[in-house]
Amino acid sequence: MSEQSTMKRIELREPHVLAPISWKNPIIYSVLTFISLVIIFFLNSDAASKFVIDTGTTGIPLISFELPTQLTVVSMTILEAVLAAVSWLLTSRREKNGVWLPIVFGLAFVVAFLTAAVGGNEQSLPVTSLLTGALFLSTPLIFGALSGCICEHVGVINVAIEGQLLMGAFLAAVVGSVTRNPWLGLICAPLAGAFLGALLALFAVRYWVDHIIVGVVLNVLATGLTSYLFSTVLSDNSELFQSAVKLPTWPIPLLSQIPVLGPVLFNQNVLVYVMYIAVILLQILMFKSRWGLRMRACGEHPKAADTVGIKVNTTRIRNTILGGAIAGLGGAFFTVANGLIFAKDMSSGRGYIALAAMILGAWTPRGAVAAALLFGFADNLQNVLSVMGVAIPSQFMLMAPYLITVLAVAGLVGKVRAPAMEGVAYKG
Amino acid sequence: MKLELREVTKKFGDFTANDKISITVEEGQIHALLGENGAGKSTLMNVLYGLYQPDGGEILLDGKPVAFAGPGDAMAAGIGMVHQHFMLIPVFTVAENVVMGHEPTGPFGIIDVPKAREIVREISERFGFEVDPDAYVETLPVGVQQRVEIIKALSRQAKVLILDEPTAVLTPQETDELMQIMRQLKSQGTSIVFITHKLREVQEVADTITVIRRGKVVGEAAPTATQEELASMMVGRAVEMEVEKSPAKEGDVALSVGGLSLVERSGRALLEDISFDVRAGEILAVAGVQGNGQTELAETLMGLRRATAGSIRLDGQELADKNVHEIIDFGVGYIPEDRSKDGAIEEFSIAENLVLNQTRGEFSKHGSLRMGLIQKHSKELVEAYDIRTGSSNAELDTLSGGNQQKVVVARELSRNLKLLLAAQPTRGVDVGSIEFIHQQIVAERDKGTPVVIISTELDEVKALADRIAVMYRGRFVGIVPADTSREDLGLMMAGIMPGEKEAANE
Repeated sequence: MSEQSTMKRIELREPHVLAPISWKNPIIYSVLTFISLVIIFFLNSDAASKFVIDTGTTGIPLISFELPTQLTVVSMTILEAVLAAVSWLLTSRREKNGVWLPIVFGLAFVVAFLTAAVGGNEQSLPVTSLLTGALFLSTPLIFGALSGCICEHVGVINVAIEGQLLMGAFLAAVVGSVTRNPWLGLICAPLAGAFLGALLALFAVRYWVDHIIVGVVLNVLATGLTSYLFSTVLSDNSELFQSAVKLPTWPIPLLSQIPVLGPVLFNQNVLVYVMYIAVILLQILMFKSRWGLRMRACGEHPKAADTVGIKVNTTRIRNTILGGAIAGLGGAFFTVANGLIFAKDMSSGRGYIALAAMILGAWTPRGAVAAALLFGFADNLQNVLSVMGVAIPSQFMLMAPYLITVLAVAGLVGKVRAPAMEGVAYKG
Repeated sequence: MKLELREVTKKFGDFTANDKISITVEEGQIHALLGENGAGKSTLMNVLYGLYQPDGGEILLDGKPVAFAGPGDAMAAGIGMVHQHFMLIPVFTVAENVVMGHEPTGPFGIIDVPKAREIVREISERFGFEVDPDAYVETLPVGVQQRVEIIKALSRQAKVLILDEPTAVLTPQETDELMQIMRQLKSQGTSIVFITHKLREVQEVADTITVIRRGKVVGEAAPTATQEELASMMVGRAVEMEVEKSPAKEGDVALSVGGLSLVERSGRALLEDISFDVRAGEILAVAGVQGNGQTELAETLMGLRRATAGSIRLDGQELADKNVHEIIDFGVGYIPEDRSKDGAIEEFSIAENLVLNQTRGEFSKHGSLRMGLIQKHSKELVEAYDIRTGSSNAELDTLSGGNQQKVVVARELSRNLKLLLAAQPTRGVDVGSIEFIHQQIVAERDKGTPVVIISTELDEVKALADRIAVMYRGRFVGIVPADTSREDLGLMMAGIMPGEKEAANE
């Protein structure tokens, strides 16, 4: 068109009015650097921190080393200060902080903290078992977070993860004990979770009850039911119902021989291997398969899914039950995987932490694993340090995992988006 | 494929949305379904598409009766639908949206992405669309999203395509392109049901026109019928197509907006450097395709959003740093674009809605409402604004859309205003009420109030404006006189300034 050439097209340029800068990240880094700095003043100048890296199996020599406590903490604090300054600079230039910065900063802070914590202690910090235990403790969180991912992507908010873990733990213990077979217990755990998932689906999808309220009620139901059965049936026949059975630990040949990582990753309980498979499968299937596409469609825009012939509520019900089953399987961790009998309220809030891990992991299985590992690490660090008799009040150490959860979810969540229509009933 | 609806009836409770509607769509024909908002067009199409179950009547395809339990059945039978509100998932790619529901898959149900891309490419090449199969839908302009919807329907071998108000979100030029696509589809044998309330479009593209009013077919018309004929069939009486309006008697500049900008944290500019003046006794109409920042402009002017930069001065008073209630009390009347979300409470009575933003003033005393005064006030307004209701104590949602809107208009115009800001003042309102509301707005102007109208309906803009500002991607493309041609306004709505001056310089 010749006319077009005489017309002025309004071109899109960079906006010349810019959004207010969010200083959240540099402020967080600065506060953590300040904490490191404060720690330095409490250190004994000639103390040393002992670490030991064991290979997980006996007979193989242990690597142990010592770090000068004060020097290490000081140098890590300097590193933190530099990174915080970089963050201020990047943020003031409106550039992204990148991925490496939080990772390196986090490592520096953890190293500084660990060095300071075990400084002057006679015992060495067992690095390998710290990590092995961290992975192990994160298992129920990962199963719970996977359950949360599935449910939220299909549009149902699953607050009942806590109850599903607890019911899974309960049924696994009871079945395992009655049959004297931990495998049967493991197989039955998902059934208990699926039962609770089905109840959630019934009320949330079929009767449009607020998802969070149903979830909380189901958690109370799970706690009440298991506690009641525990103090009546289980206690009366403890011989039959309260015998501990334990899933075997299977070191995987060759892989478990890799230094440090081998025993951490491949000398684990069967449930942990099931978790690896579940994470990989779900990460692929949720984002690449027909099942995943249809499921996410129901959580993002159910009407659109309906207009292409996808049965929204059926999809939601099925996947909510599937999610419940996965959380139930995670519940087996507390009993048969640990070789423990059932105890009242033994999931102790892990279901909620799993939800936090799911949010922090941006609603992806991959991210949820990373977040759950962080929480598992904090949890196990608390165990390890209290065994070593570190002079940090145990109440603070017990608080640590939850504190990290709150900080992580509130502060570090970036631009992630929940499924658009989660928690909204589809009334067709 | 020939589509027949015979005496289709659909009821919602006591309300009959479709009353024995019979329509025949011949193969390769564009059949326009013309009717006002709320006449029952969309309900009928949702019945046809299997989203609603009919309470009576039957649907025949090529002479054979069919029954659809859901949209899946309708699609399998060859019916495709492009909904008024797109049924696309913003966070999915074009290819994913197109194949959803009939995905080509490999092992383990993994989606065959190359195959999906191929499906999109094949159809877009056939119609000369330029659509990237891997683009995320949320990043695409609405015009392109609509094409994705068409591709989606065609990828399922649709023989009958239902287009529900497809031009509501398009610029005039995009509308012309859509008409071309419709003709092309028709020439390939696709039957099209074209739902609209815009007379011009019907005349241009339809082969047959069926007019629906209050859930009933009121007649058929040929595309040669005049606009007046069509309009009177649609409304049921003769309609004034133009608002009677004397030339504006402009006073001094009353509202002065300078450099108004609104930027999200992500850095995306929703409004950018918007400056304009409105004189007392003048209507400035802000035109533009839906979603180009009009909503944000209205909300920023009202203090519902905090401007990132810029000033809003009304009668010398700075409003940009004031909150909503200060702005209302200062004398800004606001008719929000969606009364179901803002500006009215459907569960409250008409009387309560009529004083909703004035309860701090004369209508309360010592913290309690003066019920007698409120009743008296509402009776007066119900009378003056011709609000059709049995009682002013009836809940707002017992009224029709047009009467609900009159309640909001009455409340705002009954105050002493320093500025009237009306966003989509006649959206979802019947033609009779549109006329009335337009007259009221013009009357307010003639009282010497500066008026800002934000509207995506070009007809409304042309009917009311003394000057027209056109918005595109959060910016004012230009402010032009009211007699600017529709073609030039259309170009401006696509971000192109018809450059007479540039042409003269070259």
